Amino acid sequence: MEEFDVIVVGGGITGAGTARDCALRGLKVLLIERDDIATGATGRNHGLLHSGARYAVTDRESAAECISENMILKKVARHCVDDTSGLFITLPEDDLGYQDTFVKACLAAGIKAEVIDPKEAIIMEPSVNPDIIGAVKVPDGGVDPFRLCSANIVDAKLHGAKVALRSEVVGFIMEGDTVKGVKVLDRSTRQVSEYYAQIVVNAAGIWGHHIASLAGVNIGMFPAKGALLIFAHRVNGMVINRCRKPANADILVPGDTVCVIGTTSTRVPYEECDNMVVTPEEVDLLLSEGALLAPCLAHTRILRGYAGVRPLVSADNDPSGRNISRGIVCLDHETRDGIRGFVSITGGKLMTYRLMAEMATDTVCRKLGVDAACETARAPLPGSDGGGLEETAKKIWDFPTMAQKASVGRFGSRAAHLDFEDDKSGVVCECEEVTVAEVDAAVERLDVCDLVDLRRRTRVGMGTCQGELCACRAAGRLAKATGRAAKAREDLKSFMRERWKGMYPIAWGETLREGSYTQWVYSEVLGLNED
Amino acid sequence: MQEKNLSFNNFEQCIKCTICTAYCPVVAVNPLYPGPKQAGPDGERLRLKNKFFFDENLKYCMNCKRCEVACPSGVKIADLIHSARRRFSRNIPDLRDRLLANTDLLGKVARPVAPVVNSIVSSKPVKAVMDVMMDIDKARAFPKYQRKGFVRWFKKEAADNQEAYSKKVVFFHGCSTEFQHPEVGKAFVRVMNAIGFGVKLVDEECCGVAMISNGLWNQARRHAEHNTRVFREVVTGEGLPVVAVSSTCAFTMRDEYPDVLDVDNSDVRDSITLAEKFIFEKVDSGEVRLAFKDDYRARIAYHCPCHNEKLGWGIFTKALVGMIPGVSLTILDSHCCGMAGTYGFKKENYKYSQEIGRPLFEQIRSLSPDFVCCECETCKWQIEMSTGYMVLNPIVILAEALDLEATAVANSVR
Repeated sequence: MEEFDVIVVGGGITGAGTARDCALRGLKVLLIERDDIATGATGRNHGLLHSGARYAVTDRESAAECISENMILKKVARHCVDDTSGLFITLPEDDLGYQDTFVKACLAAGIKAEVIDPKEAIIMEPSVNPDIIGAVKVPDGGVDPFRLCSANIVDAKLHGAKVALRSEVVGFIMEGDTVKGVKVLDRSTRQVSEYYAQIVVNAAGIWGHHIASLAGVNIGMFPAKGALLIFAHRVNGMVINRCRKPANADILVPGDTVCVIGTTSTRVPYEECDNMVVTPEEVDLLLSEGALLAPCLAHTRILRGYAGVRPLVSADNDPSGRNISRGIVCLDHETRDGIRGFVSITGGKLMTYRLMAEMATDTVCRKLGVDAACETARAPLPGSDGGGLEETAKKIWDFPTMAQKASVGRFGSRAAHLDFEDDKSGVVCECEEVTVAEVDAAVERLDVCDLVDLRRRTRVGMGTCQGELCACRAAGRLAKATGRAAKAREDLKSFMRERWKGMYPIAWGETLREGSYTQWVYSEVLGLNED
Repeated sequence: MQEKNLSFNNFEQCIKCTICTAYCPVVAVNPLYPGPKQAGPDGERLRLKNKFFFDENLKYCMNCKRCEVACPSGVKIADLIHSARRRFSRNIPDLRDRLLANTDLLGKVARPVAPVVNSIVSSKPVKAVMDVMMDIDKARAFPKYQRKGFVRWFKKEAADNQEAYSKKVVFFHGCSTEFQHPEVGKAFVRVMNAIGFGVKLVDEECCGVAMISNGLWNQARRHAEHNTRVFREVVTGEGLPVVAVSSTCAFTMRDEYPDVLDVDNSDVRDSITLAEKFIFEKVDSGEVRLAFKDDYRARIAYHCPCHNEKLGWGIFTKALVGMIPGVSLTILDSHCCGMAGTYGFKKENYKYSQEIGRPLFEQIRSLSPDFVCCECETCKWQIEMSTGYMVLNPIVILAEALDLEATAVANSVR
């Protein structure tokens, strides 16, 4: 039986950030995740590096948090961030008077908002709707949530944290009103183990409601579903937002090789949180509203649709959840509910994960009587200690290949540890330029268990072909590394099913053509019929 | 909801079948070249993310367009590659590239002293110096410049007669007809006159294909704009077609102008054609009759140039040459000759250029024809140098095989 200072429940960005912060402050940490890293809302959002402008008018506190974190992440998470800047556009049907309110609110929150001539905006961002009557430039950007989450986990482990993936908390070990540890079901062996710690931090996002209930605590959460669509290439270089009160489908974010339009906001029952499906109505809404931001979206190939659940904490009876604060909620259940040794960190957003982790860790340290300052606003994440993409790549190789350049995009300066020798330089994923070197390294060092895990760490299967050419190659590498070919074959099937799930809501045009071709390759060429 | 999702960026129609890479002649012999799928649609997504993903090895693309012919999804792969080179390449064309690209300027300078230039560039010491100093491979044989160009001959010998014809065509002779192979132009005029068409020359400039290949984009665009403007006057003004004898000139002026150089030629594009297509269509419709010599005999092997495969017009040459009684015509297997204009002159490409063409050379040798028929002058240089077999433009073969007098009578000329 192993004892920890703190057990963090949840392998999303909040849990990963909290585990890292605790580990950096010298605590003995165990992170428990029932599935894989970034499987919940962390991996199911825009990947928007908010400037805070979106919330400036309606939620001053969130806006101020966003701009402060925005500036921090641009320094400490460079390889996860794409500093594109963003536009807030006013369309003829919008009230141009709102622009003034918006800019004033931004400036008051410390966000550099600059009104620019619509003509200039069209030159800066040629994909934007040419009918715009107003434009404001703000320091928005893109952030890759998978990369960010993975880098936090890597650093937590480098500082001694233990990470248990595919481990589900099934109950608490209580002594009276004090939490002493958790009972954990290992999902692969089906064994239940007990882990002890002085403090348990609940960072399980929307599933935190359930975790808290296991300790007899109620957090009134509001599961708000948000659907998004991924387009097959970057149509925009800058983030494009509508300059109006936050509404549906009014942000278009460029991220890695794609761009993402979103979101919707609908309350969903808790039972549905594990299986989000994008509906035809949501697709229609996202497309019609999206085409107002960038008209070319009406005829750009869509790769897939997906949806996540925001872990909002209810305040009133707002049916959509649009008006609930995106603010951070850090609950010490000792003072709130009389349960000792239990803390919940929820609300907030991807953008403010670091601050959430700092608040949770401060609470943990205070309760443990540990006096250690937070380092995460200054200490770069592993991989982010170099310069930009080009600078970092040229530091490692004199003449980097395409795949080496792409690996720096994903791993930052840590790409230097990849072994590109001989047979390792072959490409596994052609759309995203992922090599054998990267796949093998992820399998060896980044807790990869199946192909979906591999995708989260390397982008294998995230490109235009959605696994058509790469999934079988990756399955081969996985089988080689684990020695379990039959399992890799099963993985391959579930991976392709998972890819199809995202393609199904938008399966027309070229995506449908490619899907049919993929099916033919797998069933007729590779002989992988469903049996 | 989406009425159509055909993106303006047509690379999205790529479904990653990889046929383009299987058909690419370069990727099979040069490991440095990433292949059309990677260089085109795959690379484009990465380049849109960050221009650092531009790969200078895209210069190894010959622009043969075989990838585009192979693509079942209609992706303009080679255009993507060239547009990427235009936008992102940091390589500045050097003296050699500039000289090779300016086929017309080089011709004008070399012509007055053609015999001297021809003997100098074919001498071993000079070749060795060019190899070292300019990276032009010493094994490469140069086409011979002619002192008397086509246009001078035309003005002196043919121009006065052309007004007599009620029907006319505009002849785009191109650089090689003017400087190296005036006999092609002469043959064209004789054949056109015999079938009842007068020939008109306009103030043409080099089509610019070599400038595109060598990265002289601005100059290429100036040429494209000039030629398109000149054509517009005769096409929309006088209703005349523009007929070329080199398939690459015709292809470049029709497709590369809008697709690679962003020059709008939509009002003249359909009027730009190739001599073989023009004549075949006239014969096929019954407007023109051909009378051949009784005693013409030849065993001919036809090599369709890559750009004519892209145009889809090789069938016209095949049909036209096939009409000649006494001709035994073999269609060579579809293979790039490896020359690709100025590509094969360059030292870094010479070896690959020969490797690419090898299957073609071997087939020609095994057939041992009287000569090879081909619409492209640079294929001609490559095949003649690499096999020793003579290569003739189909219009030259036609001029030779036709009984021009009888043809003129059959078409009621004069």
